[in-house]
Amino acid sequence: MRLRADVTIDAPPAVVWRFVADPRGQLRFWSGLTRYEPVGRRLTGVGARYRVLMRLGPVDVGSLIELVEWQAPYELAWTSVSGVDMRGRFRLRARDGDRRTHVELRLAYGIAGAGLTGWIAEHVAAGTVRGYLRRTLNELARQVEHEQARAEAAARRQRLRPRQVS
Amino acid sequence: MIGLLRQLPGTSRLDRPEPRPDLDERDPDFIRERLPGLWLLSSLYFRGDVRGLGNIPDHGQVLLVGNHSGGVATPDTVMLMAAFSSYFGVERPLLAVTRTAPLAWPPSGWLRRFGIVRPTPDAADLALRTGASVLVYPGGEREAHRPSWRRGVVDLGDDTAWVQHALRHRVPIVPVVAAGGQETALFLGRRRGMPVALTLPWGIGVGALAGTVPLPAKLTIEVLHPIDLVERYGEDPDPEAVRDDVAAEMQRTLTAMQRARRLPVVG
Repeated sequence: MRLRADVTIDAPPAVVWRFVADPRGQLRFWSGLTRYEPVGRRLTGVGARYRVLMRLGPVDVGSLIELVEWQAPYELAWTSVSGVDMRGRFRLRARDGDRRTHVELRLAYGIAGAGLTGWIAEHVAAGTVRGYLRRTLNELARQVEHEQARAEAAARRQRLRPRQVS
Repeated sequence: MIGLLRQLPGTSRLDRPEPRPDLDERDPDFIRERLPGLWLLSSLYFRGDVRGLGNIPDHGQVLLVGNHSGGVATPDTVMLMAAFSSYFGVERPLLAVTRTAPLAWPPSGWLRRFGIVRPTPDAADLALRTGASVLVYPGGEREAHRPSWRRGVVDLGDDTAWVQHALRHRVPIVPVVAAGGQETALFLGRRRGMPVALTLPWGIGVGALAGTVPLPAKLTIEVLHPIDLVERYGEDPDPEAVRDDVAAEMQRTLTAMQRARRLPVVG
């Protein structure tokens, strides 16, 4: 099953990237995730691994994922090493010069060899997962835009501060 | 006479030793491919809710100790095992020592590949030696067939072998409490030693037929915090005191879970 959601955020790609690439901040904006923990010493970049759990119906469904693409600030992709088969990608593209960012979140999941029950389960779970993706991007946009507004206000204050006379 | 019988076709099993637990039949790929079907069954048919799997340590063995329910069908066992594999991955082995009756069914090969092993007296001990986590139901057959009106009672029985296994192998005990299994049929207790239930599709089910096709009762499973026996009770604890403590803790949880249920079957 392949699902996607997108959103346009009022902030440059570099600012959005800081959020999507920060392993410690994932649980703050991902909806449905109950765990996102680095596994091993490598925290970021290609090869970094995380243990991820998502609440689906009666259980938390888990995977060990590994980052397979890391092109700051445009592409972040991962694939599962064990657990439920999963591939995902954050795709960031600049809009309006560099003032805004179009964010696309893609997620493909399933269990190879599960046959008809696997196909049915993927479709039954799709409603929940689609809702998770939409809420994740909405929350990401809210947090990034809040951070962007805070940073711009701080910069304005800095400019307006009276110069000290020596 | 036996020697003569052994020469007849089909009688070779007479000289076979006592069957061993099926410790090497668990098949991770088989489990993985069945997880979606079990997820559908748990989600849609039993409206299941498995909570607290995060209480199980991420690494190492544990001895999961559950209250048993649901008669022969024992849906809470399969749901818990599927939830464990979904949570930790099929790479982390879990073996369940369960009662004989389900393994007498035609699909018992399916159960054995799922990690359910035959309950010989030393099955749990041998299973722990393999390095797997192990799920045991000390209440066994008696608890699984207790009358439906006693669904809110934990009955782990008198046996303390499971406490001794945990001590011998130095593994923490993780209590697991399930509610709803005793509403998958109307269990009527025992008549002349045989469990009796009003059940589908038989009407009145007796013995291994008691509770064969479970009603879609809402199943809730709560995994409690692990108990390190040496840390809590010292190097040489009294197994009976440990058993009673674990049973009391499970009873408190089950009482709270039963209180949260508004209607039988509906949950």
